[in-house]
Amino acid sequence: MTTTNPATATAAKISVREVTKTFPLKGEEFTALDRVSIDIADNEFVTVVGPSGCGKSTLMNVLAGLETPTSGEALVDGRAVSGPGPERGVIFQQYALFPWLSVRKNVEFGLKVNGVPKAQRRERAEHFIEMVGLQQFADALPKMLSGGMKQRCAIARAYAVNPSILLMDEPFGALDALTRVKLQEQLLETWSREKRTVMFITHDVDEAVFLANRVVVMAARPGRIYDVIDVDLPYPRTEDVRLSPEFGELRNRVWHAVYHQEPGVAAGTASH
Amino acid sequence: MARVSTMGQRSQPATGTEETAVVVDGMRTSAITAVDDGGSPRRRRSGGMGKRTKLLVLNAVSIIGGIAIWWLLALNGFQLPTPPEVVEKAIQLWNAGILQEDILASLGRVLAGFLLGSAAAIPVGFLMGWYTVARGLFEPWIQFFRTIPPLALLPLVLVLLGIGEIPKIVVIFLAAFLACVISTYQGVVSVDKTLINAARVLGAKDGTIFARVVVPASTPFILVGMRVGLGSAWATLVAAELLAAQAGLGRRMQEAQIYYDLATIFVGIVLIGILGLVMDRLLLFAETKLTGWQERR
Repeated sequence: MTTTNPATATAAKISVREVTKTFPLKGEEFTALDRVSIDIADNEFVTVVGPSGCGKSTLMNVLAGLETPTSGEALVDGRAVSGPGPERGVIFQQYALFPWLSVRKNVEFGLKVNGVPKAQRRERAEHFIEMVGLQQFADALPKMLSGGMKQRCAIARAYAVNPSILLMDEPFGALDALTRVKLQEQLLETWSREKRTVMFITHDVDEAVFLANRVVVMAARPGRIYDVIDVDLPYPRTEDVRLSPEFGELRNRVWHAVYHQEPGVAAGTASH
Repeated sequence: MARVSTMGQRSQPATGTEETAVVVDGMRTSAITAVDDGGSPRRRRSGGMGKRTKLLVLNAVSIIGGIAIWWLLALNGFQLPTPPEVVEKAIQLWNAGILQEDILASLGRVLAGFLLGSAAAIPVGFLMGWYTVARGLFEPWIQFFRTIPPLALLPLVLVLLGIGEIPKIVVIFLAAFLACVISTYQGVVSVDKTLINAARVLGAKDGTIFARVVVPASTPFILVGMRVGLGSAWATLVAAELLAAQAGLGRRMQEAQIYYDLATIFVGIVLIGILGLVMDRLLLFAETKLTGWQERR
């Protein structure tokens, strides 16, 4: 493992370099992220897992442009992130659908604020609503939808503005176990057809292994990268993959890394 | 100018964690089964109609019972006019053209004060919620006037503005404004931060976020503020008319008091109640139309 250097950084879709983020907390400095570095390749699916307080959501917010790092920088396509941008779609745990807009209007929202003409908006929205299988509910308000359907709508909304990166912050965290497994499979299916670079935050070890090319394990106090585990399981990830001994072995490794972290031992950096 | 982000009270419980429906989500499992994938929208509870009818029946029983008790009391030595006497009086006043004049005078004042008050309160509330500077400048005055009943300002207003229409409208304006401005402000500061972030990451700039997220999200608060403001406006109106007016329902009651004309006083009370109720229902109707998207529990 080497630290990032400018030569390799241009190849990475996302490049996080020595990012530190501190917050004032009850008069003290709380270090949410401590010199975190990671490169993510184009079309890679990376999951980030770790105990609460490890800064995984902060890392995502920095990449989304919703928070600025105290020091260090986050690069997307070689350019420093300085705010939200259309090339980065974000999916929130709480769905964050606009409750006063129908499914269709929600999906069209990003297109509308970016000045896409109406006819084109319709067409694109239609396509992505169909992609997530919500065509029956295109005109329904979010309050009529179940949690899983809401999140599918949010995924369609994020896809509609055609981002090259999807940042997902525990998107299935509020769903029941059955729905979650379904949505995991559907997300991978969508991803295999409409390739994007994905950074997916989760607290669920199974989910982290099942989805990812690579699992980034973080540690808390201070928030840092603890380990990076390659998942060399084939796609499509079917139920057979989920039940295979290889999957079990990887899950055990990730589990161990998450739940039996040796204090003070930080991998610090990770590169591709 | 920095946005006010503190003091936000969450109006709506965070959505999401309460899901119970086990949904077999059919995201492209197969095109054919997409219809009955079990991912059905929440069904409305049946049996709601029965409860509604029951409530309406109880309402009717209560109204009839109340009038009956009033009637019994009037017939048993209490110095009250009976219901038919009141109706008769109302017809008499109507035929003389007095009632219409009074209703128009009162309604005109309430509507003028209420509409102006709400129209001023909404932008001020938005400014206070969105800009720290506006909040810092407006807040002390609003908090100060909020503790003073608008009626307590009436003597001052009468001295300064005379006994014409203006002073009455001014106090009604204040009553409506204060109720609505606080509510609008609360609405703006309690807009879910995640919704604002969601709009930002989709490419919305501040102006768009304000118009397309903050305004619709605070509409329920504004309408609640308007309803409270309307009630406040009515209460202030009658008292204002009691003090000084040529026409109006309050004025009529005041006059009737001198002549011990209980029937006219009753006509005034009943009409004020009915007019207030009708206006409140109209606002409630607007509320259900405009904010039907809310998740209610």
